[in-house]
Amino acid sequence: MALFLEFVIAGLLCIGLFAILGLVLVLMERKVSAYMQIRLGPNRVGPKGALQTLADTLKLLSKEGLTPRGADRFLFNLAPFVAMIGTMLLLAPIPFAKGFQLWDINIGVLYISAVSSLAVISILLAGWASNNKYSLLGAMRSGAQIVSYELSAGLSIIAIVVLTGSLSISDIIASQADGWWIFKGHLPVWIAFVTFIIAVTAETNRAPFDLAEAESELTAGFHTEYSGMKFALFFLAEYINIFIVCAIGAILFFGGWMPFHIGNWEGFNRIMDYIPSSVWFFGKTFFLIFVIMWFRWTFPRLRIDQLLNLEWKYLLPISMVNVLLITLVAILGWHF
Amino acid sequence: MTLKTYFSNIFSTIRSLLKGMRRTGYYFTHHKEIITQQYPEYKPPLPERFRGEVVMPHNADNEHKCTGCTACELACPNGTIKIVTKQEINAAGKKKKALDTFVYHLELCTMCNLCIVACPTDAIEMAQSFEHSVFDRNSLIKTLNEPGSKLEEGIE
Repeated sequence: MALFLEFVIAGLLCIGLFAILGLVLVLMERKVSAYMQIRLGPNRVGPKGALQTLADTLKLLSKEGLTPRGADRFLFNLAPFVAMIGTMLLLAPIPFAKGFQLWDINIGVLYISAVSSLAVISILLAGWASNNKYSLLGAMRSGAQIVSYELSAGLSIIAIVVLTGSLSISDIIASQADGWWIFKGHLPVWIAFVTFIIAVTAETNRAPFDLAEAESELTAGFHTEYSGMKFALFFLAEYINIFIVCAIGAILFFGGWMPFHIGNWEGFNRIMDYIPSSVWFFGKTFFLIFVIMWFRWTFPRLRIDQLLNLEWKYLLPISMVNVLLITLVAILGWHF
Repeated sequence: MTLKTYFSNIFSTIRSLLKGMRRTGYYFTHHKEIITQQYPEYKPPLPERFRGEVVMPHNADNEHKCTGCTACELACPNGTIKIVTKQEINAAGKKKKALDTFVYHLELCTMCNLCIVACPTDAIEMAQSFEHSVFDRNSLIKTLNEPGSKLEEGIE
Protein backbone atom coordinates (compact mmCIF):
# COMPACT_ATOMS: atom_id res chain seq x y z
CA MET A 1 0.00 0.00 0.00
CA ALA A 2 2.77 2.38 0.92
CA LEU A 3 4.54 1.56 -2.33
CA PHE A 4 1.37 2.22 -4.28
CA LEU A 5 0.94 5.56 -2.55
CA GLU A 6 4.52 6.39 -3.44
CA PHE A 7 3.82 5.63 -7.09
CA VAL A 8 0.76 7.85 -7.07
CA ILE A 9 2.61 10.75 -5.47
CA ALA A 10 5.60 10.43 -7.81
CA GLY A 11 3.31 10.18 -10.83
CA LEU A 12 1.32 13.23 -9.80
CA LEU A 13 4.50 15.21 -9.19
CA CYS A 14 5.84 14.23 -12.62
CA ILE A 15 2.65 15.21 -14.40
CA GLY A 16 2.46 18.43 -12.43
CA LEU A 17 6.06 19.24 -13.27
CA PHE A 18 5.33 18.53 -16.94
CA ALA A 19 2.35 20.84 -17.03
CA ILE A 20 4.09 23.66 -15.18
CA LEU A 21 7.32 23.35 -17.13
CA GLY A 22 5.44 23.33 -20.42
CA LEU A 23 3.64 26.54 -19.54
CA VAL A 24 6.69 28.26 -18.07
CA LEU A 25 9.13 27.30 -20.83
CA VAL A 26 6.87 28.31 -23.69
CA LEU A 27 6.22 31.64 -22.02
CA MET A 28 9.92 32.05 -21.35
CA GLU A 29 10.78 31.27 -24.95
CA ARG A 30 8.32 33.83 -26.24
CA LYS A 31 9.50 36.48 -23.81
CA VAL A 32 13.19 35.83 -24.45
CA SER A 33 12.67 35.91 -28.21
CA ALA A 34 10.71 39.13 -27.91
CA TYR A 35 13.35 40.82 -25.79
CA MET A 36 16.10 39.76 -28.19
CA GLN A 37 14.15 41.14 -31.12
CA ILE A 38 13.35 44.42 -29.33
CA ARG A 39 9.70 43.55 -28.93
CA LEU A 40 7.47 43.19 -25.89
CA GLY A 41 6.19 39.66 -26.42
CA PRO A 42 2.88 38.39 -25.03
CA ASN A 43 1.45 41.13 -22.83
CA ARG A 44 -2.34 40.90 -23.02
CA VAL A 45 -3.50 37.80 -21.14
CA GLY A 46 -2.95 38.18 -17.42
CA PRO A 47 -0.36 40.42 -15.81
CA LYS A 48 2.39 41.10 -18.36
CA GLY A 49 1.11 38.22 -20.46
CA ALA A 50 1.80 35.61 -17.79
CA LEU A 51 -1.34 33.61 -18.59
CA GLN A 52 -0.80 33.57 -22.35
CA THR A 53 0.41 29.97 -22.51
CA LEU A 54 -2.46 28.83 -20.29
CA ALA A 55 -4.87 30.38 -22.76
CA ASP A 56 -3.02 28.70 -25.64
CA THR A 57 -3.28 25.34 -23.91
CA LEU A 58 -7.01 25.79 -23.35
CA LYS A 59 -7.37 26.62 -27.03
CA LEU A 60 -5.44 23.50 -28.03
CA LEU A 61 -7.55 21.38 -25.68
CA SER A 62 -10.74 22.57 -27.28
CA LYS A 63 -9.54 21.94 -30.81
CA GLU A 64 -10.37 18.87 -32.84
CA GLY A 65 -7.69 16.18 -33.01
CA LEU A 66 -7.92 15.44 -36.69
CA THR A 67 -6.61 12.23 -38.28
CA PRO A 68 -5.98 12.46 -42.02
CA ARG A 69 -7.79 9.93 -44.20
CA GLY A 70 -4.70 8.22 -45.63
CA ALA A 71 -2.90 8.05 -42.30
CA ASP A 72 -2.03 4.92 -40.38
CA ARG A 73 -4.59 5.48 -37.64
CA PHE A 74 -2.97 3.45 -34.89
CA LEU A 75 0.60 4.67 -35.36
CA PHE A 76 -0.58 8.22 -35.96
CA ASN A 77 -2.35 8.31 -32.62
CA LEU A 78 0.40 6.40 -30.86
CA ALA A 79 3.29 8.68 -31.85
CA PRO A 80 2.55 11.63 -29.50
CA PHE A 81 2.27 9.25 -26.57
CA VAL A 82 5.58 7.61 -27.43
CA ALA A 83 7.15 11.05 -27.47
CA MET A 84 5.62 11.81 -24.09
CA ILE A 85 6.60 8.46 -22.55
CA GLY A 86 10.17 8.80 -23.77
CA THR A 87 10.37 12.19 -22.14
CA MET A 88 8.75 11.01 -18.91
CA LEU A 89 11.18 8.11 -18.57
CA LEU A 90 14.03 10.60 -18.63
CA LEU A 91 12.76 12.29 -15.48
CA ALA A 92 13.46 9.24 -13.33
CA PRO A 93 17.18 9.61 -12.55
CA ILE A 94 17.30 13.42 -12.32
CA PRO A 95 17.94 14.78 -8.82
CA PHE A 96 15.95 17.99 -8.43
CA ALA A 97 17.44 18.75 -5.03
CA LYS A 98 19.64 17.11 -2.45
CA GLY A 99 18.21 13.60 -2.00
CA PHE A 100 15.19 14.36 -4.16
CA GLN A 101 15.47 11.78 -6.90
CA LEU A 102 12.99 9.25 -8.19
CA TRP A 103 15.42 6.49 -9.04
CA ASP A 104 19.09 6.52 -8.13
CA ILE A 105 20.45 3.87 -10.48
CA ASN A 106 24.16 3.20 -10.79
CA ILE A 107 24.07 3.64 -14.58
CA GLY A 108 22.13 6.92 -14.58
CA VAL A 109 24.11 8.59 -17.35
CA LEU A 110 23.91 5.54 -19.60
CA TYR A 111 20.18 5.30 -18.94
CA ILE A 112 19.68 8.91 -19.96
CA SER A 113 21.69 8.68 -23.15
CA ALA A 114 19.89 5.45 -24.07
CA VAL A 115 16.37 6.65 -23.36
CA SER A 116 16.83 10.06 -24.93
CA SER A 117 17.35 8.38 -28.29
CA LEU A 118 13.79 7.01 -28.04
CA ALA A 119 12.65 10.49 -29.07
CA VAL A 120 13.60 9.73 -32.65
CA ILE A 121 11.22 6.76 -32.75
CA SER A 122 8.23 8.93 -32.00
CA ILE A 123 9.30 11.41 -34.64
CA LEU A 124 9.77 8.68 -37.24
CA LEU A 125 6.41 7.15 -36.29
CA ALA A 126 4.68 10.48 -36.62
CA GLY A 127 6.34 11.24 -39.93
CA TRP A 128 5.63 7.84 -41.42
CA ALA A 129 2.07 7.47 -40.18
CA SER A 130 0.99 10.91 -41.35
CA ASN A 131 1.14 9.82 -45.00
CA ASN A 132 2.45 13.25 -45.91
CA LYS A 133 5.63 13.97 -47.80
CA TYR A 134 6.57 16.90 -45.62
CA SER A 135 6.15 14.83 -42.48
CA LEU A 136 8.20 11.98 -43.89
CA LEU A 137 10.99 14.28 -45.02
CA GLY A 138 11.07 15.98 -41.64
CA ALA A 139 11.12 12.67 -39.84
CA MET A 140 13.92 11.27 -41.96
CA ARG A 141 15.99 14.38 -41.49
CA SER A 142 15.37 14.22 -37.79
CA GLY A 143 16.51 10.60 -37.78
CA ALA A 144 19.77 11.46 -39.53
CA GLN A 145 20.27 14.41 -37.23
CA ILE A 146 19.62 12.70 -33.92
CA VAL A 147 21.61 9.60 -34.80
CA SER A 148 24.65 11.68 -35.73
CA TYR A 149 24.52 14.18 -32.92
CA GLU A 150 24.04 11.52 -30.29
CA LEU A 151 27.64 10.48 -30.89
CA SER A 152 29.18 13.75 -29.83
CA ALA A 153 26.66 14.20 -27.02
CA GLY A 154 27.64 10.75 -25.77
CA LEU A 155 31.35 11.47 -26.08
CA SER A 156 31.07 14.69 -24.14
CA ILE A 157 29.14 12.84 -21.43
CA ILE A 158 31.91 10.24 -21.40
CA ALA A 159 34.40 13.03 -20.74
CA ILE A 160 32.75 13.66 -17.37
CA VAL A 161 32.32 9.96 -16.70
CA VAL A 162 36.06 9.52 -17.20
CA LEU A 163 36.82 12.27 -14.72
CA THR A 164 34.34 10.99 -12.15
CA GLY A 165 34.89 7.31 -12.67
CA SER A 166 31.21 6.58 -12.19
CA LEU A 167 28.04 6.38 -14.27
CA SER A 168 25.79 7.11 -11.32
CA ILE A 169 24.36 10.60 -11.30
CA SER A 170 24.56 10.99 -7.53
CA ASP A 171 28.26 10.06 -7.65
CA ILE A 172 28.87 12.58 -10.41
CA ILE A 173 27.25 15.29 -8.32
CA ALA A 174 29.11 14.20 -5.18
CA SER A 175 32.41 14.46 -7.06
CA GLN A 176 31.73 18.16 -7.61
CA ALA A 177 31.42 19.09 -3.95
CA ASP A 178 34.76 20.91 -4.00
CA GLY A 179 34.15 22.63 -7.34
CA TRP A 180 32.17 22.07 -10.47
CA TRP A 181 33.78 20.19 -13.33
CA ILE A 182 33.61 23.23 -15.56
CA PHE A 183 36.08 24.92 -13.18
CA LYS A 184 38.06 21.86 -12.16
CA GLY A 185 38.58 20.28 -15.55
CA HIS A 186 40.51 22.96 -17.46
CA LEU A 187 40.07 23.42 -21.21
CA PRO A 188 39.03 19.85 -22.15
CA VAL A 189 35.91 20.11 -20.02
CA TRP A 190 35.10 23.44 -21.66
CA ILE A 191 35.40 21.80 -25.06
CA ALA A 192 33.22 18.93 -23.87
CA PHE A 193 30.67 21.40 -22.55
CA VAL A 194 30.48 23.36 -25.83
CA THR A 195 30.17 20.12 -27.81
CA PHE A 196 27.48 18.93 -25.42
CA ILE A 197 25.45 22.11 -25.76
CA ILE A 198 25.68 22.04 -29.56
CA ALA A 199 24.80 18.36 -29.70
CA VAL A 200 21.80 18.59 -27.40
CA THR A 201 20.50 21.62 -29.25
CA ALA A 202 20.55 19.45 -32.35
CA GLU A 203 19.10 16.46 -30.52
CA THR A 204 16.11 18.43 -29.28
CA ASN A 205 15.50 19.63 -32.84
CA ARG A 206 15.78 23.27 -31.96
CA ALA A 207 16.87 26.11 -34.17
CA PRO A 208 19.51 26.50 -35.60
CA PHE A 209 19.13 22.74 -36.08
CA ASP A 210 15.35 22.63 -36.52
CA LEU A 211 15.46 20.69 -39.75
CA ALA A 212 12.83 18.25 -38.52
CA GLU A 213 10.29 21.05 -38.29
CA ALA A 214 11.70 23.45 -40.85
CA GLU A 215 8.77 25.83 -40.95
CA SER A 216 10.07 27.53 -44.05
CA GLU A 217 10.37 24.49 -46.28
CA LEU A 218 8.41 21.64 -44.66
CA THR A 219 5.51 23.64 -43.13
CA ALA A 220 5.96 21.90 -39.76
CA GLY A 221 7.88 18.74 -40.57
CA PHE A 222 6.81 15.66 -38.69
CA HIS A 223 3.86 17.29 -36.94
CA THR A 224 2.33 18.89 -40.02
CA GLU A 225 -0.78 16.73 -39.75
CA TYR A 226 -1.20 16.94 -36.01
CA SER A 227 -3.68 19.26 -34.41
CA GLY A 228 -5.25 19.91 -31.05
CA MET A 229 -4.01 17.98 -28.07
CA LYS A 230 -1.89 15.55 -30.09
CA PHE A 231 0.13 18.47 -31.39
CA ALA A 232 0.27 19.86 -27.88
CA LEU A 233 1.81 16.61 -26.64
CA PHE A 234 4.61 16.89 -29.20
CA PHE A 235 5.11 20.51 -28.34
CA LEU A 236 5.18 19.75 -24.63
CA ALA A 237 7.58 16.83 -25.10
CA GLU A 238 9.90 19.10 -27.07
CA TYR A 239 10.06 21.66 -24.30
CA ILE A 240 10.40 19.09 -21.53
CA ASN A 241 13.24 17.55 -23.51
CA ILE A 242 14.98 20.89 -23.51
CA PHE A 243 14.56 21.06 -19.76
CA ILE A 244 15.92 17.56 -19.32
CA VAL A 245 18.98 17.96 -21.49
CA CYS A 246 19.75 21.26 -19.77
CA ALA A 247 19.31 19.57 -16.41
CA ILE A 248 21.77 16.90 -17.49
CA GLY A 249 24.18 19.57 -18.68
CA ALA A 250 23.83 21.27 -15.31
CA ILE A 251 24.42 17.97 -13.50
CA LEU A 252 27.47 17.01 -15.51
CA PHE A 253 29.25 20.34 -15.81
CA PHE A 254 27.78 22.61 -13.14
CA GLY A 255 27.32 20.20 -10.26
CA GLY A 256 23.55 19.73 -10.29
CA TRP A 257 22.19 20.87 -6.94
CA MET A 258 25.69 21.42 -5.55
CA PRO A 259 26.16 24.99 -4.29
CA PHE A 260 28.93 27.20 -5.60
CA HIS A 261 32.00 26.78 -3.41
CA ILE A 262 35.38 28.48 -3.65
CA GLY A 263 38.32 26.58 -2.18
CA ASN A 264 38.53 27.31 1.54
CA TRP A 265 36.60 30.55 1.83
CA GLU A 266 34.61 29.20 4.77
CA GLY A 267 32.31 32.21 5.18
CA PHE A 268 31.47 32.44 1.51
CA ASN A 269 30.83 28.70 1.27
CA ARG A 270 28.53 28.80 4.28
CA ILE A 271 26.44 31.59 2.74
CA MET A 272 26.18 29.59 -0.48
CA ASP A 273 25.00 26.59 1.53
CA TYR A 274 22.06 28.61 2.84
CA ILE A 275 20.60 28.80 -0.66
CA PRO A 276 18.42 25.67 -1.02
CA SER A 277 19.78 22.98 -3.32
CA SER A 278 16.65 23.02 -5.49
CA VAL A 279 17.25 26.69 -6.21
CA TRP A 280 20.77 25.85 -7.34
CA PHE A 281 19.53 23.06 -9.56
CA PHE A 282 16.76 25.04 -11.21
CA GLY A 283 18.92 28.14 -11.48
CA LYS A 284 21.62 26.31 -13.40
CA THR A 285 19.13 24.46 -15.54
CA PHE A 286 17.25 27.60 -16.47
CA PHE A 287 20.50 29.36 -17.22
CA LEU A 288 21.35 26.63 -19.73
CA ILE A 289 17.83 26.78 -21.15
CA PHE A 290 18.32 30.50 -21.59
CA VAL A 291 21.59 29.87 -23.42
CA ILE A 292 19.89 27.44 -25.78
CA MET A 293 17.11 29.96 -26.40
CA TRP A 294 19.76 32.56 -26.98
CA PHE A 295 21.20 30.32 -29.72
CA ARG A 296 17.82 29.94 -31.30
CA TRP A 297 17.14 33.64 -31.58
CA THR A 298 20.63 34.53 -32.76
CA PHE A 299 21.88 31.99 -35.24
CA PRO A 300 20.69 31.33 -38.78
CA ARG A 301 19.50 27.83 -39.66
CA LEU A 302 21.79 25.22 -41.13
CA ARG A 303 21.16 23.25 -44.29
CA ILE A 304 21.06 19.46 -43.94
CA ASP A 305 24.50 19.03 -45.52
CA GLN A 306 25.98 21.75 -43.34
CA LEU A 307 24.39 20.08 -40.35
CA LEU A 308 25.96 16.72 -41.09
CA ASN A 309 29.29 18.36 -41.98
CA LEU A 310 29.35 20.10 -38.63
CA GLU A 311 28.85 16.82 -36.80
CA TRP A 312 31.03 14.44 -38.78
CA LYS A 313 33.84 16.78 -39.74
CA TYR A 314 34.09 18.98 -36.68
CA LEU A 315 32.25 17.91 -33.54
CA LEU A 316 32.97 14.19 -33.68
CA PRO A 317 36.75 14.37 -34.34
CA ILE A 318 37.12 17.16 -31.81
CA SER A 319 35.23 15.31 -29.12
CA MET A 320 37.17 12.11 -29.80
CA VAL A 321 40.47 13.93 -29.36
CA ASN A 322 38.95 15.63 -26.37
CA VAL A 323 38.10 12.32 -24.71
CA LEU A 324 41.73 11.35 -25.16
CA LEU A 325 42.84 14.61 -23.55
CA ILE A 326 40.43 14.16 -20.69
CA THR A 327 41.66 10.65 -20.11
CA LEU A 328 45.20 12.02 -19.88
CA VAL A 329 44.03 14.69 -17.45
CA ALA A 330 42.25 12.08 -15.35
CA ILE A 331 45.12 9.59 -15.32
CA LEU A 332 47.77 12.17 -14.53
CA GLY A 333 45.52 13.86 -12.01
CA TRP A 334 45.89 17.31 -13.54
CA HIS A 335 42.38 18.37 -12.56
CA PHE A 336 41.92 20.05 -9.22
CA MET B 1 41.86 21.24 -46.31
CA THR B 2 44.98 21.66 -44.29
CA LEU B 3 45.00 21.36 -40.57
CA LYS B 4 45.63 25.07 -40.29
CA THR B 5 42.54 26.07 -42.25
CA TYR B 6 40.55 23.49 -40.28
CA PHE B 7 41.36 25.14 -36.99
CA SER B 8 41.17 28.69 -38.30
CA ASN B 9 37.70 27.79 -39.62
CA ILE B 10 36.66 26.68 -36.17
CA PHE B 11 37.97 29.79 -34.47
CA SER B 12 36.54 32.21 -36.99
CA THR B 13 33.18 30.44 -36.69
CA ILE B 14 33.20 30.68 -32.94
CA ARG B 15 34.19 34.34 -33.15
CA SER B 16 31.40 35.24 -35.52
CA LEU B 17 28.86 33.25 -33.51
CA LEU B 18 29.92 35.02 -30.32
CA LYS B 19 29.62 38.33 -32.13
CA GLY B 20 26.02 37.54 -33.00
CA MET B 21 25.29 36.41 -29.47
CA ARG B 22 26.77 39.63 -28.14
CA ARG B 23 24.37 41.64 -30.26
CA THR B 24 21.25 39.73 -29.17
CA GLY B 25 22.53 39.67 -25.61
CA TYR B 26 22.84 43.43 -25.74
CA TYR B 27 19.26 43.74 -26.94
CA PHE B 28 18.12 41.35 -24.23
CA THR B 29 19.75 43.29 -21.41
CA HIS B 30 18.97 46.78 -22.76
CA HIS B 31 15.23 46.50 -22.92
CA LYS B 32 14.23 50.12 -23.39
CA GLU B 33 13.76 50.80 -27.03
CA ILE B 34 10.86 48.79 -28.48
CA ILE B 35 10.44 48.76 -32.22
CA THR B 36 6.86 47.46 -32.18
CA GLN B 37 3.85 49.64 -31.41
CA GLN B 38 1.13 48.76 -28.93
CA TYR B 39 -1.67 49.15 -31.41
CA PRO B 40 -5.04 49.65 -29.72
CA GLU B 41 -3.56 51.89 -27.04
CA TYR B 42 -1.26 53.75 -29.35
CA LYS B 43 -2.49 54.63 -32.82
CA PRO B 44 0.34 55.64 -35.08
CA PRO B 45 -0.04 58.87 -37.07
CA LEU B 46 -1.00 57.93 -40.61
CA PRO B 47 0.45 59.56 -43.69
CA GLU B 48 -1.60 62.41 -45.07
CA ARG B 49 -2.43 60.59 -48.29
CA PHE B 50 -3.57 57.40 -46.54
CA ARG B 51 -6.78 56.08 -48.09
CA GLY B 52 -9.10 54.56 -45.53
CA GLU B 53 -12.59 55.08 -46.92
CA VAL B 54 -14.56 57.54 -49.05
CA VAL B 55 -16.39 60.20 -47.06
CA MET B 56 -18.39 63.23 -48.00
CA PRO B 57 -17.57 66.25 -45.87
CA HIS B 58 -20.49 68.42 -44.77
CA ASN B 59 -20.21 71.98 -43.55
CA ALA B 60 -21.83 73.45 -40.43
CA ASP B 61 -25.18 74.02 -42.17
CA ASN B 62 -25.32 70.37 -43.17
CA GLU B 63 -24.52 71.16 -46.77
CA HIS B 64 -22.39 69.07 -49.12
CA LYS B 65 -20.90 69.79 -52.51
CA CYS B 66 -22.25 66.80 -54.46
CA THR B 67 -24.33 67.73 -57.48
CA GLY B 68 -25.22 64.13 -58.30
CA CYS B 69 -23.38 64.22 -61.61
CA THR B 70 -22.42 60.49 -61.28
CA ALA B 71 -18.89 61.13 -62.50
CA CYS B 72 -17.58 59.11 -59.56
CA GLU B 73 -19.99 56.28 -60.27
CA LEU B 74 -18.71 56.10 -63.82
CA ALA B 75 -15.10 56.34 -62.73
CA CYS B 76 -15.38 53.51 -60.21
CA PRO B 77 -13.87 50.30 -61.65
CA ASN B 78 -15.89 47.91 -59.49
CA GLY B 79 -19.28 49.46 -58.95
CA THR B 80 -18.68 50.67 -55.44
CA ILE B 81 -20.69 53.87 -55.76
CA LYS B 82 -24.37 54.12 -56.58
CA ILE B 83 -25.92 57.56 -56.89
CA VAL B 84 -29.65 58.06 -56.67
CA THR B 85 -30.86 61.43 -57.94
CA LYS B 86 -34.13 63.31 -57.61
CA GLN B 87 -35.76 66.25 -59.34
CA GLU B 88 -35.77 69.42 -57.32
CA ILE B 89 -37.25 72.85 -57.95
CA ASN B 90 -34.76 75.55 -57.15
CA ALA B 91 -35.30 79.18 -56.12
CA ALA B 92 -35.70 80.36 -59.69
CA GLY B 93 -38.52 77.87 -60.16
CA LYS B 94 -36.53 75.71 -62.52
CA LYS B 95 -36.47 71.89 -62.33
CA LYS B 96 -33.06 70.58 -61.54
CA LYS B 97 -31.40 67.21 -60.87
CA ALA B 98 -30.04 66.85 -57.35
CA LEU B 99 -28.51 64.18 -55.15
CA ASP B 100 -30.89 62.00 -53.22
CA THR B 101 -28.65 59.25 -51.79
CA PHE B 102 -24.96 58.57 -52.26
CA VAL B 103 -24.64 54.82 -51.65
CA TYR B 104 -21.09 53.67 -50.98
CA HIS B 105 -20.22 49.97 -50.80
CA LEU B 106 -17.16 49.87 -48.57
CA GLU B 107 -16.94 46.09 -48.94
CA LEU B 108 -16.30 46.49 -52.69
CA CYS B 109 -13.98 49.46 -52.51
CA THR B 110 -10.29 49.02 -53.34
CA MET B 111 -9.34 52.56 -52.26
CA CYS B 112 -8.06 53.34 -55.76
CA ASN B 113 -8.88 57.06 -55.42
CA LEU B 114 -10.35 57.28 -58.95
CA CYS B 115 -13.70 58.64 -57.73
CA ILE B 116 -12.03 61.45 -55.85
CA VAL B 117 -10.03 62.37 -58.94
CA ALA B 118 -13.14 62.26 -61.09
CA CYS B 119 -15.27 64.48 -58.87
CA PRO B 120 -15.60 67.93 -60.48
CA THR B 121 -16.69 69.68 -57.28
CA ASP B 122 -14.42 67.98 -54.70
CA ALA B 123 -17.47 66.68 -52.88
CA ILE B 124 -15.85 63.45 -51.69
CA GLU B 125 -12.49 62.67 -50.19
CA MET B 126 -10.52 59.86 -48.55
CA ALA B 127 -10.64 59.58 -44.77
CA GLN B 128 -7.96 58.29 -42.43
CA SER B 129 -10.15 55.75 -40.64
CA PHE B 130 -9.23 52.13 -41.25
CA GLU B 131 -10.87 50.04 -38.52
CA HIS B 132 -13.70 48.81 -40.70
CA SER B 133 -14.33 45.33 -39.32
CA VAL B 134 -17.98 44.61 -38.52
CA PHE B 135 -19.98 41.49 -37.81
CA ASP B 136 -22.61 42.12 -40.48
CA ARG B 137 -21.66 42.81 -44.06
CA ASN B 138 -24.72 45.01 -44.51
CA SER B 139 -23.29 47.65 -42.24
CA LEU B 140 -20.53 48.24 -44.78
CA ILE B 141 -23.08 49.69 -47.21
CA LYS B 142 -23.04 53.34 -46.31
CA THR B 143 -25.02 56.41 -47.28
CA LEU B 144 -22.55 59.24 -47.49
CA ASN B 145 -24.85 62.25 -47.62
CA GLU B 146 -26.37 62.96 -44.24
CA PRO B 147 -30.16 63.02 -43.87
CA GLY B 148 -31.65 66.40 -44.63
CA SER B 149 -28.46 67.69 -46.18
CA LYS B 150 -28.55 69.78 -49.34
CA LEU B 151 -26.22 71.19 -51.96
CA GLU B 152 -24.05 74.09 -50.99
CA GLU B 153 -24.87 77.47 -52.63
CA GLY B 154 -22.98 78.26 -55.77
CA ILE B 155 -21.91 74.73 -56.70
CA GLU B 156 -23.00 73.78 -60.19
